[in-house]
Amino acid sequence: MSVAILHQGEYVIASIQSDLSDREIMALRDDLATRVGEQRARGLIVDVAALDVIDSFVARALRSIAETARMRGAETVIVGIQPDVAIAMVQFRLNLEPLRAALDLDEAVRILDRLVKRGSPDAG
Amino acid sequence: MPDEVHVTIGADEDLVSARAQARALADQLGFSRTDATLIATAISEIARNIVVHVGQGEIVLRSMEDERRRGLVVIAQDAGPGIRDVEAAVRDGYAGRTGLGLGLPGARRLMDEFEIVSEPERGTTVTMTKWRIPDELELLRERRRSG
Amino acid sequence: MEPDDSDGTKVPITAPAVDPDLLHELVNHLRENREALREEWVRRITEAKLLSVMEPDEIFSEVTAVYDNYVTALETGSVETLQEYARDLSERIIPRGVETDEVLGIVLLLRDVLARSLFVNYQRDPELLHRILDSYEPAANSIAVTVGVSFVDERERIIREQQESIRELSTPVLQVRERLLILPIIGVLDSARARQLTEQLLAAIRDNRARVVVIDVTGVATIDMTVANHLVQAVEASRLMGASAILTGLSSRIAQTLVDLGVDLGTIKTVGDLEGGLEEAERLLGTSAPGLDEASPRPFQ
Repeated sequence: MSVAILHQGEYVIASIQSDLSDREIMALRDDLATRVGEQRARGLIVDVAALDVIDSFVARALRSIAETARMRGAETVIVGIQPDVAIAMVQFRLNLEPLRAALDLDEAVRILDRLVKRGSPDAG
Repeated sequence: MPDEVHVTIGADEDLVSARAQARALADQLGFSRTDATLIATAISEIARNIVVHVGQGEIVLRSMEDERRRGLVVIAQDAGPGIRDVEAAVRDGYAGRTGLGLGLPGARRLMDEFEIVSEPERGTTVTMTKWRIPDELELLRERRRSG
Repeated sequence: MEPDDSDGTKVPITAPAVDPDLLHELVNHLRENREALREEWVRRITEAKLLSVMEPDEIFSEVTAVYDNYVTALETGSVETLQEYARDLSERIIPRGVETDEVLGIVLLLRDVLARSLFVNYQRDPELLHRILDSYEPAANSIAVTVGVSFVDERERIIREQQESIRELSTPVLQVRERLLILPIIGVLDSARARQLTEQLLAAIRDNRARVVVIDVTGVATIDMTVANHLVQAVEASRLMGASAILTGLSSRIAQTLVDLGVDLGTIKTVGDLEGGLEEAERLLGTSAPGLDEASPRPFQ
């Protein structure tokens, strides 16, 4: 399975397991939109540690995922960007604004906990 | 160790394969993990252009060397409608037909050399190269192996 | 016959088809005369003043091991065990200062000692001697090459390790306390170094789970637009890994110059000195006050 998705409390956690085709990424976006809505999730975590490459399409898809999640009341945190991928993204000048990035799941949960507790997401 | 790898680009799934093959060749040629990622990312952008705008094309990955350096050359070719304004296409902010641009300025930033030839109705060829300079120890081993 | 000097691959002995009886004869001879031949070998080593950094009893015990491995390699046709031993031996003696010519020298001396002994033993039967040497020579040469290459491989491995250490030492990323790293940059920051530095910083962020990094540039020789761009990229990459960055040691004059040059430092926190930077970092880390979510990575622009 290309993406493992769990529901943990008020959060949805999507863990990408391998490199995805463009079609699979779009399908993921739609799937997450549905789940966030159905679960009334407050937070969405997308783990991209298995992605060796994050190009403009993936970056756009992640932004889109976050925007859709926000419309349904959830904040998104991207975790697991690898060091070499981070360097490539920066050199490419890929813009992930207004997404949040965290090192790992624990950090993402910590961030989301604080955001959710406060009651309203940042204006960004 | 192959000197040349041909990747056919015809469908969405081929991008996954192109990225993997690019990384594999880059690794074999001794590029650092980061450089291999830069190469794979640039190829991903160019390959996607072929799939999205043309439908069919080919990417050739070739190893190259001169006295001082080792290189990986990427030649991406399609027989599509071509890019009308190449100069604009390689500039930041170019949106193109889809509004999303062609990822060309980004790919150019990732590689050391970048060249694009495109003519309306004649297709497009993107040639990009990444170099690395092997250190003394590696050059010594190579000489020993071949000598 | 190409030795493969990457790790651990066999060097085949491509001898002409070896008569198993002959080989058996040869190996027996070498085993029966082990003590005498070993003694002769040590005598020749000492005479040639090789392995001078080692004590006599050390030489004796290493020599014994090499001899036995040598004979086994001849017997089995495989140099794998010998290769392993040679690497192990090299690892031990290289730090002691033993040189390549010494290692090759002692192996060639053993080859000579054994060849002579074969000659003495079989000289009454020239035809047999001829056949035995036919079996012996290519195998002995291959063994010499194996040992030599193993030694050189080991040297190169050590050099590589040292290179890595030097590189890392030149860009130390220090963990000040939990979640906080400092990267003091000293000297010239060209693109090669900036890349290496960024890679090290990001690895450190990952390994230490850092939330804040303080990059101090007090010691950077020149800060022009290129250098500033490198710093900006390091900061942006850090953010992608969930860490906020604070730039310290940038005088306000330089900061202004950079802004004038069009370098966007706007979203990067800069503090004049390291101490102030560390205070700011502590503040970021300690924040749990509602309303101001500064400890989580800002959306980057």
